[in-house]
Amino acid sequence: MAGGDDLKLLGLWSSPFVLRLRAYEYIEEEALTNKGELLLKYNPVHKKVPVLIHNGKPICESRVILQYIDEAFAGTGPSLLPADPYERAIARFWAAYIDDTMLPVWNKSSTGKTEEEIAEGKKQSLATAEVLEGALRDCGKGKPFFGGDSAGYVDVELGGLLGWVRASDELHGVKPFDPERTPLLAAWSERFGALEAVEPVVPEVSRVVEFGKTMWKARLAAAAAAGASN
Amino acid sequence: MAGKEDLKLLGLLVSPFVIRVRMALSMKGLNYEYVEEDLFNKSELLLKLNPVHKKVPVLIHNGKPICESLVILQYVDELFTGRAILPTDPYERATARFWAAYIEDKLCPAWIGILKAKAEEERAEKVKETLAAIEHVEVAFAKCSNGNVFFGGDSIGYLDIVLGSFLFWFEALRRMYGLEIINTSKTPLLAAWAERFGGSVEAKEVVPEADKAVQYANKLHAAAAVKLVSSE
Repeated sequence: MAGGDDLKLLGLWSSPFVLRLRAYEYIEEEALTNKGELLLKYNPVHKKVPVLIHNGKPICESRVILQYIDEAFAGTGPSLLPADPYERAIARFWAAYIDDTMLPVWNKSSTGKTEEEIAEGKKQSLATAEVLEGALRDCGKGKPFFGGDSAGYVDVELGGLLGWVRASDELHGVKPFDPERTPLLAAWSERFGALEAVEPVVPEVSRVVEFGKTMWKARLAAAAAAGASN
Repeated sequence: MAGKEDLKLLGLLVSPFVIRVRMALSMKGLNYEYVEEDLFNKSELLLKLNPVHKKVPVLIHNGKPICESLVILQYVDELFTGRAILPTDPYERATARFWAAYIEDKLCPAWIGILKAKAEEERAEKVKETLAAIEHVEVAFAKCSNGNVFFGGDSIGYLDIVLGSFLFWFEALRRMYGLEIINTSKTPLLAAWAERFGGSVEAKEVVPEADKAVQYANKLHAAAAVKLVSSE
């Protein structure tokens, strides 16, 4: 990349947010339960990955990091965000939708405490996927990616979730990008996953499933312990 | 440039998110047509231009809609020359974006939760969350301002707008619940900043009296009560 820049990335292989960034010197965090000193020092507010450390200065929050990379390294390699301000606004809108509307709903369908909550979460997840399908149809305009001919900001935002999207069928019995309901997204997800920069970075389905099951058990145990102490 | 652009803003006088956009447009010296929406009876235009969220603000530039206040702020900053809203240095921009995201994702749902709470317990929980969040923002101010009077330095910038737009609502909450979110003992830096922001020309132009917010809150509570009764 830009010669002489010292770039470090603190991450967790299973985190969709970290998947978006990769490259540079990558420091795997122990796990969500054993946060390293570096992480706590550089992200005291959220204590979360990813954290990009550029020449010793930390940048946190994946959307912030993506835009930082685009701006700090402008001119070296392709841009993530479009050049046109209106198209940039549209890209930022959809990135916000993915993080603030879609992701919480997806989490609800896997962390819901009752059958009802989970079913509601699944219904809402399908609804958000359909909205995003519309976005791909309108923004993409027949092109392979949200960013047009090549992957851009929104593609990377959504693509970070690929490991979990693929594992979701086995974990929750739901295909987030069902080829029948959301054909454009299903095709996009194959295409994005096959990209040279992406393919080696997406975690294997079996590893994600294993991780998901472990987290699920841990959550159940915590809920039981909380219930028992009431 | 200024005055020749076709700009229309769908808004609500008491919405802090709309106020952010109005401040930005004013700072850039831009004229625009303002349309007050009735959120209890949303216009066809609003539903057509923001089908995903059905919310204000919506900025319509040369017929094309832009939604989400932070997206609009960045759009206005990038497209129109004049006063810079975001810093120019990439690292300072990243810092500003980080704290704007914190204010949106942590502080905002907490204080709005105080208004929306249906029971005392819930309200107390939201108060606790709000006070915890504002403490982080106090630290942020110390770091971002670098000894200057605003988050943005000598003059109002992105973070000042993002947080400043909430201040009249914080005053409304004080009048309604006796709650001080920003106060001189716990958050001295923010308390001083709030005075400066409130007294600024930019704020005086678009920020309404806190009583307007109190009135609106009462309207929301009344509507919620009606909904509850009619669903029984």
